[in-house]
Amino acid sequence: MRKVIEVRDLRKAYGSRVAVDGISFEVYEGEIFGMVGPNGAGKTTTIECLEGLRRPDSGQIRVLGLDPWRQGQRLRERIGIQLQEGGLPERLRVEEALRLFAAFYPRPISPEALLRRLGLAEHRRQAFGQLSGGLRQRLFIALALIGDPQLLFLDELTTGLDPHARRAMWDLVREIRAEGRTVFLTTHYMEEAERLCDRVAIVDRGRLVALDTPENLIRSLGAEGRVIFTLEAAADLSFLAGLPEVLRVERNGARVIVYGRDDRLPARILEALTQRGISPLDLRVERPNLEDVFLKLTGRPMETSG
Amino acid sequence: MNAMRAFLRLTGIEILLYLREPVAAFFTFAFAPLMLILFGLIFGNEPRPFYGGRGMVDISVPAYLGMIIATVGLISTPIATAAGRELKVLKRFRATPLSPWIYMAAQIVTYYLVALLGGVALGICGRLLFGMRFDGNPLWVWIGFTVSTLAFISLGFLIAAVVPTARTAQAVGMILAFSLMALGGTWVPLELLPASVRPISEGLPLTRVVLLMRGLWAGASLEAHWKDLGVLLATLVGSGILAARWFRWE
Repeated sequence: MRKVIEVRDLRKAYGSRVAVDGISFEVYEGEIFGMVGPNGAGKTTTIECLEGLRRPDSGQIRVLGLDPWRQGQRLRERIGIQLQEGGLPERLRVEEALRLFAAFYPRPISPEALLRRLGLAEHRRQAFGQLSGGLRQRLFIALALIGDPQLLFLDELTTGLDPHARRAMWDLVREIRAEGRTVFLTTHYMEEAERLCDRVAIVDRGRLVALDTPENLIRSLGAEGRVIFTLEAAADLSFLAGLPEVLRVERNGARVIVYGRDDRLPARILEALTQRGISPLDLRVERPNLEDVFLKLTGRPMETSG
Repeated sequence: MNAMRAFLRLTGIEILLYLREPVAAFFTFAFAPLMLILFGLIFGNEPRPFYGGRGMVDISVPAYLGMIIATVGLISTPIATAAGRELKVLKRFRATPLSPWIYMAAQIVTYYLVALLGGVALGICGRLLFGMRFDGNPLWVWIGFTVSTLAFISLGFLIAAVVPTARTAQAVGMILAFSLMALGGTWVPLELLPASVRPISEGLPLTRVVLLMRGLWAGASLEAHWKDLGVLLATLVGSGILAARWFRWE
């Protein structure tokens, strides 16, 4: 697979505060690559170094074979950028913005097609200042796509969006990838990274702490999964602790939580229960997720860190 | 050429956005003509020996050009630029292949053109309503106006470069603009300023604009105003260099 981004030992400090402390990774053509971590982990600094908007203190960066800082203008003809914090003039209208930005690129996509595709056609005469958060975000995606980019940078795309709008954005990103564009995104939502990304780089305090597919990250770290159910009638469950997949069992009255690390945990428990004629009520499986991976790697939960 | 297309599109949009800003548009296009009408109706445009045989309107129009130039340069330019930085508009433009030089050129041309448009509106108003006298060479007047306007736009970018926010840009720009207008003979003819204020007044760049425009308007040559032109060119280059050095995109 062709590499579209290569980063080696990237470092960037603002005064005495180190934002990025020696990060290396590669991104391949056609993947959705996610960088996740708490606020202040160095995600935005990294993405802005890749976009050529910030000058790294040291390290090598190649994006589409170019040096982003020295060849920024040429690079930006071929990439699309959605900034975490970007703005437009309050009185600029949606369609005007697209036609204006189209003039900056050598081979732009038709603004009309983008307006329709992103559901902005009926808002074309609306001024930027009057757009809702969701519409603004859609306009910024449209502006990122207008140059027909090979590689798209999305910085905190779904921050501040409601769950419905967030899911719609995920579908859009998958569509964009299906067109053959590579996507590099940052997020502080672990769920987003897990659902959307082919590979995930977990960053914390300016360092890369793990990089793999979400499944591999979860499996390799042996984070615990849980099977939760309620008993219809009192029963002796000591046999569950004897199963090789089970780590421990917690009981709280009729409510039972079984912990384990194996993918076969739910099947084994159900099998064992059925053999003894016990039918559990509202059985629920909680798979370990990237939140658990982050906790395991850093010793801190995502929400309270950073 | 790609760069030319980007420049023209951006300049067109920026002018449109300027016209959509009611306060800026009012002070650029309507305020000076309204003042001219008001004072013209009160004082008329009879030639007076005190004004060197000219009327109130004859000498006010070139002086009001100074007011338009100061408004666009010292108020509109820094507020819009600092607001663009604060609202991350500048950053959004930087995240495209658009060259920063083309971006700046489009801004400068926009402010220049709206000032020119305001000046033309004022001149037409003076001519049609009060039969204003114009004895100058149009080319020289245009050159004088252009140098003056570019010098003040350049000062405006310097203000934008040093202030932290759009609010401070507004405060600094307005204080500066109004003091220069009051002392520079735009509202009150220079002849009416007290003798004690005259030396201060003469050191200010807007006074140079007013002297230059009044002189050229009445038929003086560019050479006769080399001192005024020199001060304005020095302002243009000096503040341009400092603004370029201190300019921040975010």
